[in-house]
Amino acid sequence: MSFLDVIILIVKCVVLALGAITITAYMTLFERIGLARLQHRVGPNRAGAIPVGGGRHILGGWLQPGADVVKLFFKEDIMPALADKWVYMIAPGFAVIPALIIWATIPVGCWPIGPNAQLGCPTGSDNLLQLAEVSIGILYLLAITSIGVYGIAIAGWASNNKYSMLGAIRASAQVISYELALGLAVLGVVMQAGSFSTGQIVEQQAGWWFIVPQFLGFVIFLVAATAEVVRAPFDLVEAEQELVGGYNTEFSSMKFAMFYLAEYMKLVAMNAIAVTLFLGGWRFPGLRPLAEYVSANFGPIAGNAVFGLLSLAVFLIKTAILCFVSIWIRATVPRIRYDMLMNLGWKLLLPLALFNIALTAVLNVFFPNDRLVSGGIAFVVGLVLLILVSRFAGPRKPKSAVILVKKSGQEVSAGR
Amino acid sequence: MIGELFKGLGTTLKYLFKRPVTVQYPEVKRPVRERFRGRHELKRFANGMERCIGCSLCAAACPADAILVVPAENDPQAPNSPGERYAATYEINMLRCIFCGYCEDACPTNAIVLEHQYELSYYDRKSSIYTKDMLLVAPEKGYGEIPPILQQLGLRPSPPAQIDL
Repeated sequence: MSFLDVIILIVKCVVLALGAITITAYMTLFERIGLARLQHRVGPNRAGAIPVGGGRHILGGWLQPGADVVKLFFKEDIMPALADKWVYMIAPGFAVIPALIIWATIPVGCWPIGPNAQLGCPTGSDNLLQLAEVSIGILYLLAITSIGVYGIAIAGWASNNKYSMLGAIRASAQVISYELALGLAVLGVVMQAGSFSTGQIVEQQAGWWFIVPQFLGFVIFLVAATAEVVRAPFDLVEAEQELVGGYNTEFSSMKFAMFYLAEYMKLVAMNAIAVTLFLGGWRFPGLRPLAEYVSANFGPIAGNAVFGLLSLAVFLIKTAILCFVSIWIRATVPRIRYDMLMNLGWKLLLPLALFNIALTAVLNVFFPNDRLVSGGIAFVVGLVLLILVSRFAGPRKPKSAVILVKKSGQEVSAGR
Repeated sequence: MIGELFKGLGTTLKYLFKRPVTVQYPEVKRPVRERFRGRHELKRFANGMERCIGCSLCAAACPADAILVVPAENDPQAPNSPGERYAATYEINMLRCIFCGYCEDACPTNAIVLEHQYELSYYDRKSSIYTKDMLLVAPEKGYGEIPPILQQLGLRPSPPAQIDL
């Protein structure tokens, strides 16, 4: 590795980190506006609005993330007198760093560059838009996502506050519970692709996204990832009605901003991972013929650049769609109870994920070469199983058995 | 469970395509009700004379003790008000005022009226004292002036102001 390579690597790291932070900042804006529109409101529409005449404005709110950062930066930084000082100070870092380094192995696009550039980025070729092609990329992702909970746990502990502590304990328990289902859902993809490398998993999805054969795994992954990044409806960690603000109650100014950033960066990263594993990563039909046409007419460098930028755009759009789904779910589903959370994780998602692995293994053994048959069977079985499970599982009582009021021997039930 | 989930998702998605109900406040101001009790105004007679005769009944009626009236004798040559006396000082402390409207009811000449202005914020406590020259309407604006916000709507002012003597 020459000196120039090191410089290029460092530049790539910095660009990726800044890009991740920028995308996260705009994710907060996207969430605020999206959530507002889903709730019949307007959302932030002031900062940076450009007047276009006639009293109308366009692009209202596009500077809102900047305004938020400036506000948080100039707020007073308070430290509780009884806090564990050093732990309290490094806790935000512990939360942000994992959220930031998740991005290292995600191929956010395919821009072939260097001596062995190849369109489509097969294994071994150089890709400008993937920081590190590691042979165990998936294990890295799983390890880093679960490390993220350390930031929350030590933040809650160091604050010396009951509510923060409770929030941190809840976070630890929740993340450990859903880690299993998440890991097993990812394992289905790994078995399907036969590789732990993110680059190879994307390569395997050419023309055939893994959401089809791994439909069950995709649903499990979405639910478990939502719980893993402690987001609504699984946001018991910061249930403000019960815990004030959860683990970040005692943090203010930039320390709070760090937690906020980490939370949203983890959310975007989880959606990016879901895109990589299930939705074909940067792949999209028609990209490759276009790039081949461009490189035939304008030279291979232009073709590679077009392919790189388009694949990056495709990846970001796919991620944005999944982010919208997260926002949509947050706007719709109320927070679930703690026992329901644990039931869902251990009694439903874990068995389903195990079944998914068994199904994938059996189908891969019986139809090793016929992807259409095995994928179709897996999709149908997954869909039917999900419908059955949602129909029969869950701690529901029949409506007639729910007692609404109990008053002097009389019972008023909800049944009609 | 799946059915209910998608029903809920559909309900929220429906609102994505509806116009938000938010009123963009500083640009768009919703009209207040006819009998809204906002900032006080000291009214005049049609000939430009002050209605207030400095009787201090409003100060006596005020449950929050927000009003200070210091009466003075009218100059017979150039009277400020038709009575013997007029209010030399008339101050309302807007930090104390609870906008109950008792001053309006107590006033024998309908001089003080709670009008429709509700943007009453200030940066220091001294600005909370509204003095007579702030409260008194302009001389050419005699009695019966309809507030601009009601003029736009074609509505009449609040009932006490309509009673003339």
